[in-house]
Amino acid sequence: MREREDEWTGLMRSAVSGDSAAYHRLLKAVTPVLRAAARRGLARAGQPADQSEDIVQDILLAVHLKRHTWDANAPFAPWLFAIARNKLIDSLRRRGRRVFVNIDDFAETIPSEPAAATAPASEVAAQLQSLPVRQREVLQSIAVESASIKDTAAKLAMSEGAVRVALHRGLASLTAKLREQ
Amino acid sequence: MQTDQLIRTLAADSAHRAPPVGLVLTLALLAGAAVSAAMFFATLGVRPDVMTAMHNPFFDLKFVVTLALAISAIAVSLHLSRPEALLRGWALLLLIPAGLLAAGIGTEMMLPQRLPMMTRLIGSNSRICMTAIPLLSLPLLAAALIGLRHGAPARPALAGALAGLLSAGLAATLYAAHCTDDSPLFVATWYTIATALVSAIGALAGSRVLRY
Repeated sequence: MREREDEWTGLMRSAVSGDSAAYHRLLKAVTPVLRAAARRGLARAGQPADQSEDIVQDILLAVHLKRHTWDANAPFAPWLFAIARNKLIDSLRRRGRRVFVNIDDFAETIPSEPAAATAPASEVAAQLQSLPVRQREVLQSIAVESASIKDTAAKLAMSEGAVRVALHRGLASLTAKLREQ
Repeated sequence: MQTDQLIRTLAADSAHRAPPVGLVLTLALLAGAAVSAAMFFATLGVRPDVMTAMHNPFFDLKFVVTLALAISAIAVSLHLSRPEALLRGWALLLLIPAGLLAAGIGTEMMLPQRLPMMTRLIGSNSRICMTAIPLLSLPLLAAALIGLRHGAPARPALAGALAGLLSAGLAATLYAAHCTDDSPLFVATWYTIATALVSAIGALAGSRVLRY
């Protein structure tokens, strides 16, 4: 467990210095742990576990947009779990339940089985439809059609810089919409 | 959207670099301070006898106290802008301006005074003080909230209260140049009430706008 957390910190350090492959690996590595914790939190609140994927995606978006608040000299796991706890409490509150989030939900890094058992997340997909058309097209191309930034730029007749801007704005407005709903 | 797809999308955006919270907060506060200073010079202005007042240590102490409040509140609010941050010992920083003010009161008590204590405490500007500090702090409060919104505070209301403290500290620094009441007793009473008001507004606003 200790080892894995050190590995995360190492990956995040590479990620902030520009290694997007390390960033991808890190997000993939933390997701099962976040999923397990979200399920535990939902179970404790008496909610069905099929919402866990929405919570996981909510956490991943916040991690992404707030990663500049991580201190590269600090371990990654406490920062990650603080965001995860915050997002879990938020989403349980939005669902109008009394909230009991046990600190231990995010204290252990026990991964859960893959997402197959839960329904696919719907909140991000639903909010995607309400984005401005350019942002939506770019997000759809990169997320759903797995196109690269370069291919997306060619397909939509945009510059690569404009695709990057639309991508980042799209992710930021998705997060804002999820928070306000 | 599948989580794997989202992860791939986030990784595609990894080249995007956000500036640190401290930088955004600094720039926002500079802009807010410009607005507050313009408001100050357009309405109140510096007191006419400022050149002689500068030789009065109690006049100077006002700036030491208000700046100490602003600086310590900036430090604490920056700390609290991180998701895993706990308040813990950081709150002690806020005792620095309080300690300075208490030392000022103690010193004044030991010196012979022309005016009785209650007269010094009540002063002649309390109403302007209680209006000017909150009004001058509004642009700064908005700026502080914009800066802290760039972070990820775990406790939005608390971070908002600190935004209120820091903006009241900066606004009081401006106002202190106008006010002719220099007694630390006056400062401890009226400046504190004004600061508490701004801090409450900050907490209320923060609980809404500082959630991430």
